[in-house]
Amino acid sequence: MVKDKKHDTEIVTKPKWFDKDSVTIPMLQILKEDGSFHKDADMPKYDKELIVKIHDTMQFIRILDERMIAAQRQGRISFYLASRGEEAESVASAAALDAGDMIMGQYREQGALAYRGFTVEQFMNQLFSNEKDLGKGRQMPVHYGCADLNFMTISSPLGTQIPQATGYAFGQKMDKTEKCTICYFGEGAASEGDFHAALNMASVYKVPVIFFCRNNGYAISTPAQGEQYAGDGIAPRGIGYGMKTIRIDGNDVFAVLKATQEARRLAVEENEPVLIEAMSYRMSGHSTSDDPTGYRTRDEEAGWQAKDPLERLQKWMMNEGWLDKDHVEEHHAEVKAKVLAALKESEKVPVPHIDELINDVYDEPTDMLKEQLDELKEHIRKYPDAYSKTSGRLD
Amino acid sequence: MAKMNLLQAINSALDLAMAKHDNVYSFGEDTGGFGGVFRATSGLTEKYGKHRNFNTPLVEQGIIGFANGLASQGSYAIAEIQFGDYIFPAFDQIVNETAKFRYRSGNEFNVGGLTIRTPYGGGIAGGHYHSQSPEAYFAHTPGIKIVTPRNPYEAKGLLLSAIFDKNPVLFMEPKRLYRASTGDVPEEEYTIPLGKADVVKEGSDITVLGWGAQMEMIEKAVEKSEEDGVSCEVIDLRTISPWDVETVTQSVLKTGRLVITQEAPITGGFASEIAATVQDKCFLYLESPIGRVCGIDVPYPLCHEKEYMADHLKIYEAIKRSMNY
Repeated sequence: MVKDKKHDTEIVTKPKWFDKDSVTIPMLQILKEDGSFHKDADMPKYDKELIVKIHDTMQFIRILDERMIAAQRQGRISFYLASRGEEAESVASAAALDAGDMIMGQYREQGALAYRGFTVEQFMNQLFSNEKDLGKGRQMPVHYGCADLNFMTISSPLGTQIPQATGYAFGQKMDKTEKCTICYFGEGAASEGDFHAALNMASVYKVPVIFFCRNNGYAISTPAQGEQYAGDGIAPRGIGYGMKTIRIDGNDVFAVLKATQEARRLAVEENEPVLIEAMSYRMSGHSTSDDPTGYRTRDEEAGWQAKDPLERLQKWMMNEGWLDKDHVEEHHAEVKAKVLAALKESEKVPVPHIDELINDVYDEPTDMLKEQLDELKEHIRKYPDAYSKTSGRLD
Repeated sequence: MAKMNLLQAINSALDLAMAKHDNVYSFGEDTGGFGGVFRATSGLTEKYGKHRNFNTPLVEQGIIGFANGLASQGSYAIAEIQFGDYIFPAFDQIVNETAKFRYRSGNEFNVGGLTIRTPYGGGIAGGHYHSQSPEAYFAHTPGIKIVTPRNPYEAKGLLLSAIFDKNPVLFMEPKRLYRASTGDVPEEEYTIPLGKADVVKEGSDITVLGWGAQMEMIEKAVEKSEEDGVSCEVIDLRTISPWDVETVTQSVLKTGRLVITQEAPITGGFASEIAATVQDKCFLYLESPIGRVCGIDVPYPLCHEKEYMADHLKIYEAIKRSMNY
């Protein structure tokens, strides 16, 4: 074999083409669809307490999603985004992390936030844009954020968080925090330029970041295969950028747990950025503004329903004796009651005071902003009925 | 004539343009068979095939870069950016490429066949990222036209002009009015010239100027002012860049007063540009300072949207202030 000395590249004398079949990336699955383990699987670290917490969080999120879609239909909130079918991805990956690791989400990772301990009241306050919302009612529903729980506030533009994760992780490395950043995004967002910039820079700088791609088959109506990309999904791109990469069954709690535990070790102990491509399916519409019957079939949905991550986990837990039907039902009723109570309570809480409109544009409101606010208040005083949410308390 | 809403009028313009020439292409995120998240492109794939109306991968810089290349090749490229708020990854392609293609090549090449369609504006509980009005960023760039319609009739005629104009056009669609605004629209092709403002209503006391969805706010405000006995001249700018200085200044020379309204924050907005030109050309004729009714200088909020918006009551108050000056 001849080698090009400068680049250590093998020289060939006949054209040798590579294509998408040159590298085939398998999918890690530990828990089969029937709820039993593959016999020879490498298991993640887990115990009953951890699995029960994962299960209860997944169930909580599913109930919250169902209830809030209904609330949107009733006109009580303006918008909602559900994560049905993808709960294992966000919950089990969060379960593999340290509470001090930073989470940067896209907008379908309420499971990770719930796992970290965001309360049902905190969820509701954001969804109702009331004065108790940590985001001060400024963003659309589901744009959660919580500094105490190391969960970066969600931003709607797709993919913007991905290079930010690289930068955040660089800081964590330099500060010797022994923490990492996990960054979630969809296969659609992976088409954005930001994705490519992020992976390349993470690889160049060797930063402790886990890129977690939720490949759920659709970007709103656009199917992944053939219209979002023509290659073998997202995973090969990680290899292209020189990164440790794995593809997993995103509906398998144990595969998510195993891959993320290993990814965290690689990131934190070896400063190896990692790409995880989790294969799943967006069972719900993109959001409450979307109707999937316009672009996919009930048969297709039914095929994925059979792979449901929560039901799969429940089957295994019941066989193991870690869960019984009564617990599922009791927990369901208990969570539903909690969700309803919090919903009713949050609905009553007023929107933030009008003064909040000009706070946080900068660290301090500028003189010009203060003047604009004064003029606005004067106007509201003239027409209190037209601005009834704020006119009652202007001082 | 047919009764259409603004979306149907846009769809009709796209349909006629694609029927007219085989090299008219329409594309964007979800715009293929599904017809776009607002359904502006529905039916076009069935009619013209998936090679003429299609989905793009989710990458705005790619969409506009691709569109620039396609237009430079001589085709008509109609690119949709799903929300005006998501146009910024394509800012480089628009500002440095689209707008300078002809000039930098000495007219060897151009992207005159490019039209970028994008919904803009608030009032739909869309928060920071489904509400912005980004026209001023682009108006600061010579080489691209910016057009926005106020109703279905205007939308169809202006969009057909935009598609076949020899210059790239950013066509900003007022999404608050997509379904709310309806009217009689001819089913056949017709055009409304770019660069010409429309005197929607003649009056003698004050000129009230806006564009896009603000025209609906102006209409309500003017109704109230006229009850007070104020005669208002209402102008729809239609084309933000290059704007119709002549029509606006002639009106202000007649009325001596001007109120301009825009949805975007006041600082650096296009209303300021108009005010600067008008005071220069009409200084001795002005009876009162030029009023600007705009968003305030904060990111577009959700829970305080109603308070934030440059609504009809604020425009009405500005007309009063100008009259009582």
